Amino acid sequence: MAEGAVTSPGWAFLARRRGGIRADWTDWLTYGYLVLGVVVMLAPVLWVVLSSFKSEGNLLEFPPTVLPEAATTARVVGYDRPLPLYAVTSASGVARTLAQVRRVGIEAQMVDPAHPEAGVFAVQIDSARALKHFHIGTENYSKLLASAGGTIWSSIYNTVFITVVATAITLLMNSMAAFALSKYRFRGSGVALLAILATLMVPATVVLVPIYLIVSELRLVNNLWGVILPVISTPTGVFLLRQYMLTIPDELLEAARMDHASEWRIFWRIVLPLATPALAVVAIFSIMSRWNDFLLPLVILNKPEVYTLQLALAGYSDENGIQYGMLLAMTTLTALPLALGFLFLQRYIMTGIASTGIK
Amino acid sequence: MDRGNRIVPWMFLLPNLAIITLFSLAPVLINVMYSVTGTDNLYPGERTYVGLANFATLLECGNYLEPATCSRDLFWRSVGNALLFVPTQVVVMIGMALATAIALNRDIRARGFFRGIFFFPVMLSPVVVAMTWLWLLQRDGALNGILGSLGFERVTWLTDPSRAFKWSVFVTVWAHMGFYTIILLAGLQSIPADIYEAAKMDRASPWRVFTRITLPLLKPVLLVVFILAVIRSVQTFDEIYVLTGGGPGTATKMIVHYIFDTGFATMPRNYGLAAAASLMLGAVLFVFTAIQMRISRSGGANG
Amino acid sequence: MRSLMASLTIEGLSKTFGVVDVIRDASLEIPDGEFVVFVGPSGCGKSTLLRLIAGLEDATSGDIRIDGQSVVRTPAAHRGVAMVFQSYALYPHMTVRENLAFGLENMRMKKAEVAARVDHAAKMLRIDPYLDRKPRQLSGGQRQRVAIGRAITRNPRIFLFDEPLSNLDAELRVLMRVEISKLHDRLKNTMVYVTHDQVEAMTMADRIVVLRAGVIEQVGPPLELYNSPRNKFVAGFIGSPRMNFIPGRIVRAGASDFEIDCDGLGSLTLPRDGRAIQEGQFVTLGVRPEHLELAPEGTQGWPLEVDVIEQHGSSTYLHCSAPAGEVLLHIPGQGRQREGEVVRVHPAPGKWHLFGADERRIAEAA
Repeated sequence: MAEGAVTSPGWAFLARRRGGIRADWTDWLTYGYLVLGVVVMLAPVLWVVLSSFKSEGNLLEFPPTVLPEAATTARVVGYDRPLPLYAVTSASGVARTLAQVRRVGIEAQMVDPAHPEAGVFAVQIDSARALKHFHIGTENYSKLLASAGGTIWSSIYNTVFITVVATAITLLMNSMAAFALSKYRFRGSGVALLAILATLMVPATVVLVPIYLIVSELRLVNNLWGVILPVISTPTGVFLLRQYMLTIPDELLEAARMDHASEWRIFWRIVLPLATPALAVVAIFSIMSRWNDFLLPLVILNKPEVYTLQLALAGYSDENGIQYGMLLAMTTLTALPLALGFLFLQRYIMTGIASTGIK
Repeated sequence: MDRGNRIVPWMFLLPNLAIITLFSLAPVLINVMYSVTGTDNLYPGERTYVGLANFATLLECGNYLEPATCSRDLFWRSVGNALLFVPTQVVVMIGMALATAIALNRDIRARGFFRGIFFFPVMLSPVVVAMTWLWLLQRDGALNGILGSLGFERVTWLTDPSRAFKWSVFVTVWAHMGFYTIILLAGLQSIPADIYEAAKMDRASPWRVFTRITLPLLKPVLLVVFILAVIRSVQTFDEIYVLTGGGPGTATKMIVHYIFDTGFATMPRNYGLAAAASLMLGAVLFVFTAIQMRISRSGGANG
Repeated sequence: MRSLMASLTIEGLSKTFGVVDVIRDASLEIPDGEFVVFVGPSGCGKSTLLRLIAGLEDATSGDIRIDGQSVVRTPAAHRGVAMVFQSYALYPHMTVRENLAFGLENMRMKKAEVAARVDHAAKMLRIDPYLDRKPRQLSGGQRQRVAIGRAITRNPRIFLFDEPLSNLDAELRVLMRVEISKLHDRLKNTMVYVTHDQVEAMTMADRIVVLRAGVIEQVGPPLELYNSPRNKFVAGFIGSPRMNFIPGRIVRAGASDFEIDCDGLGSLTLPRDGRAIQEGQFVTLGVRPEHLELAPEGTQGWPLEVDVIEQHGSSTYLHCSAPAGEVLLHIPGQGRQREGEVVRVHPAPGKWHLFGADERRIAEAA
């Protein structure tokens, strides 16, 4: 059989492995698509991060500069402040670098930094181009972190508190339930599992009003616990942990029982440590969800001092007018922890999603 | 097992069941109570019974194709938006996710890198996503900068109803596509390579292989992904709330946004209407979730 | 450290899973310090019986007494028994030391005492160099020792072993067999050992308990079971290779001898020794391969065609075909027979068994 007859280029597009070494058009198509994807997915975020390092003046420029830039300055004898440098082309076509002392209308007064003793002379502004250089400005961050009595710090604290506490309780509570549902045979276990899984059908968007009522009855409106308690039981978490615990041999538990271990001690010393991989997956998803939560905090937390980072970020422009620099710095800071986490835990996260379809 | 230990599993289940009862089961019942009572009182006991009036109010319409003739035109506009938004967003997103998964499933260099790039927006919070695109789409933003450098006029991307709607679709696809890509990629990788080799021996054309082998074998996963996407798409709120605020006008207002507005943001708060709308949304989600659970139980695909 | 000792009594014990009777009315008396082996094919209920003693399963009816005290209502941990599991059930996330100490810590024993006991058990089993390793860093035999060590530290009244050697390779199994036997000699505890391997049962047991389908078929010292199996099942299960069973009919029952006509092999006259038999009765003649002898010229015997010869050097196995199935001969020395050759054989005097149609042994009168 002629091998070449069945090997059409399209093959490679579908089959995982392609036969030849030589790249064919499907490879170009694939790489073209992927590179375009990289631009579309990555560029917006990169742009925000780059922009967050721009000075306020740099941010207002249009068209925007790609990299953060600052005006190049020079110290000139006889002037207290550093003066911005300009590339000036004179009418005769001679290019010179001059320092601007002040600007008056369409004219600027400039001085030659090499020969300040020659004095100030007038230059038409349209013949001068400001000299810029790459400069990473951190003032947006320092301003943000110092501004308004440090409200950003309280938002950071609130978000971290919610994330850590909710995740810790989620892990403990869900693994307790999973333990009961995987390691005990008892009347009602099927109903209990079903009840837990049924809550998948009741997303927060559907029961927003009643949750608000219950939280307010518990006197937890504007309290961080008000956004923690409603979300700590996650049906997918229980399910994932249960499936994992089913793989832990019952003989281990029997051995522990004969070793005088109480049921709690069996859970705490034997089952929990052995379920670490599943716990890690549940923890990662819990951290992601709690850090990014928006709707529930939006309803429950109405005072700036209890705002989470997400709320503070969403509400930022309303209160302060638009201060793009700080807004961009805040966006970057809000995204940073999870982005870093993603870099290190990529494999875990994607395997978790692929095998459970939860987020 | 010891006989005295019959209560032990219930002790372990107790915290979970308590939370579920308090924040999932009870709320469903309370929602029903809200939906059949009126006034802006938060406490169900102090509300007056109005029967199905809230549902009637929401559903009352002179002409269902013309939201302006409805007694709650905002609700109908959000329903109309969803009817356009959900199919568009889901089809575009699943299509892109499938294309990306197929590309990533090929024998390419730096697969891990590309996969990471397509996935990472999933990690970003909805607010960060919206802020990112707001910054790109603003009047002096990067997109207009590119247009400007190409010699075009600046465009106000989010103040035109039709453009704002398209950007809402685009931004939500951008943010969530990676999630579905990963699931589909796992599905593709579970198709054994020797099936392709067998098809190759059978001289099947690439298109036939795609339609007769890849798609049928991927169908269970594709179905789960599809329904998952619909369930989430119907509930879309966060990104668009921050990106457009539902505007301009009501061009991008979604159902959850309507519920939020009615129940919390606009005074007086109309809990009854919000609850009635929630219940209707819940019924739709219930149907889809039930289908999804059925599929993931019968098919081999993990949902 | 003096070992506690205890007798074990099982009386009318039954266990039902749903509609399946796993153990039916089992009664057994195990005195202090005895090494008892439960043996039987898989699914015979031997492990369930052990787990009932351990307290890991609840009995449906009947009683279990340790030193005369009923323990059926006592939880596993408080019965004073220790168990070595088939999979060893070592806690994979704990070091060997922690594995050994876990049970003692649960009992809130003082640290020094825990350390002393762990040390003692580790030395006895020669696992002291591995105390800080995790189970997955150990070989199969070492894991086995740790599992036994964990039982020893508990200083139990009774040791229970659930097929402890089934995960080891053949060579290690022989070594561990000897070690467990030595351990018993040293500790002198009551030990109950479950296995499906009759060689283990024969070599280790003081007494063997043969189970089939939840019923105790026979209890006795290994040689008693070998020499006088109570029924065809025990006869076939104990001894390796398996006993040959040849169906036949009593054609003549005389006062001192009888004649049996074996299916397709011709008849044989054997001493009656007071056996309760009748003419015309259908019986099964059981002869172990090592008790079939080549019949000298002129004596009675069955003609058997040799199918396959297995030469072991010290002895020879002849696989022969007979109308009722294969018959195996185990003869000493290096047999000179050829495949296809017909040999004449007969049972060695007194080394044969007769079973009735109910599979029970037709015993000679004492």
